[in-house]
Amino acid sequence: MPALPLDEAGPYVAGAYLVFLALILIYVAIMASKLVRIERELVELADHVEGRRAAAASAEETHQAEVSEAVPR
Amino acid sequence: MFGRGLQTLSIASVVLVTGAFALVFLYAPNDADQGFVQKIFYLHVPLAIVALGGFVDGGVFAIQYLRTGDRGHDLRSYVAIHLSLILGLGVLATGSIWAKASWGAWWVWDEPTLVSFLIVFLLFACYQPLRFSIDDPERQARYAAVFAIIGGAFVPLNFLAVRLAESLIHPRVLSTTGGSMPGEMRLTFLVSTVAMVCLFVTLWKYELASKHASMRLRALKRALAGDDAAGPLARTAAPTQI
Amino acid sequence: MAGAAPTAEARAAEAPRDHAGGGFASAVSALVRKDLRLELRTRESVPAMFLFSLSTFVLFRFGLDRESLEGDLASGVLWVTLLFAAVLGMNRLFVAEREEGGFDAFLLAPVDRTSLFVAKAAVLFGFLVAVEVAAIPAFAVLLLGPSPFQALPGLLAILLLADVGIAVIGTLVGALAIQTRARDLIVPLISLPLVLPVVIAAGHATAPLFAEAGAEALPARWLGVLGLYDLVFGLLALAVFDFLLED
Repeated sequence: MPALPLDEAGPYVAGAYLVFLALILIYVAIMASKLVRIERELVELADHVEGRRAAAASAEETHQAEVSEAVPR
Repeated sequence: MFGRGLQTLSIASVVLVTGAFALVFLYAPNDADQGFVQKIFYLHVPLAIVALGGFVDGGVFAIQYLRTGDRGHDLRSYVAIHLSLILGLGVLATGSIWAKASWGAWWVWDEPTLVSFLIVFLLFACYQPLRFSIDDPERQARYAAVFAIIGGAFVPLNFLAVRLAESLIHPRVLSTTGGSMPGEMRLTFLVSTVAMVCLFVTLWKYELASKHASMRLRALKRALAGDDAAGPLARTAAPTQI
Repeated sequence: MAGAAPTAEARAAEAPRDHAGGGFASAVSALVRKDLRLELRTRESVPAMFLFSLSTFVLFRFGLDRESLEGDLASGVLWVTLLFAAVLGMNRLFVAEREEGGFDAFLLAPVDRTSLFVAKAAVLFGFLVAVEVAAIPAFAVLLLGPSPFQALPGLLAILLLADVGIAVIGTLVGALAIQTRARDLIVPLISLPLVLPVVIAAGHATAPLFAEAGAEALPARWLGVLGLYDLVFGLLALAVFDFLLED
């Protein structure tokens, strides 16, 4: 087959390079959704740890209050 | 740490890939036989080289895993093969487009590289189903490693066999300028190949770091919030633990 | 049938203690004898593989709408049929071990684990040869145009080399697939691409033997390719098979 002229060959070449671009971008999109999930779980975990520490701190305060009330008697 | 050097690599990839594409469209001369269509060559062949290299790489890491038992190697092997499969789709698609543009048909059996790539692709397409069908993670990693080694050894043998089968009668359809490339084309091809290799390593590290982060996060969740918080792991083909 | 397996395994376990140097060989021969005895009693694999070959020949007759084949068409039909029959054999190869606990018995025995691979590959090779002894004459009668007698010596050489390759790959894939959930699917999916170089080489080598005008010379380079394939995958299988047996 003789070589295609430029105006006919253009779409094929463009198509090939676009396939490549699409593959890379789809990959990036999938990676992005994974990152979002990691971020969400990390935030949940950090809140959970923060909650536990706050609970432990308030439990410590009430314990101190009881101890200091018990002393005068 | 799997993400070490990822920043430098990604910058290098941007520079090299953009530079390669610039060379392709602004520097390399048009092919005498195929005209403008030949530009696909600078995309298709480096992609194929990198994908095949990735399959062989998967086999090499599999050997490391079987020798040392370090699950990190299993993860590296898995990601290399997974990535090569995705790029392999690109190889087949760009090869098909090239065949249509220069030979009028969406597939040509006369091009031995394309045919042997299809066979290798069909083989490695079984990698993830194989992993998925084995429940025990340690056994899954071990069997997948054996498969990856067999597949990696298969790549050169298959290439040889297909090439022997075609060479004498049919001329190479998708070759350029009857076999000898002028210097500008050679340089462009070289830069394109290096760019693809860089891109592959970047994406590979990217996925490794992402998977590793998920794994450690899951372990952390289990340690801090108790076993129930993490939930049961669904069956998966990917490695879940290092 | 279940009684035959443990006693043969026990004999395989005792053999190395009897002959120090011949441990590997006697283990292999014990395993081969067990499987051959099993096959002779149950007659599962080989007759099924042969009948399947016959059905495939009939299928090709109607699928291709041809009553007589020669040259590369005859070669292709023969090799595709043999390959599909081999896949049937691969599926069945480790089933007895899996279901009767033979793997555990073997692992407990103080024998080199590679002996299982050699034994199973030899058994699969034997099954293939047995099927071919019946299927090739059937092919010559049903579909082959030119007379097969001139082709016979060359065909024998090709069959031997190709069967070794198919046996090596079949044993590896059979062992790989037996522990997965989708055994029947995994075996053909993985083995067909792996065996493709064998089909390419054997097909190209056999085509001139079936030429219309009488068998032409056998192209030796394809025998070289088959030999190389057998060597590479044989060595690879020996290196890698152990990892499939660990528990």
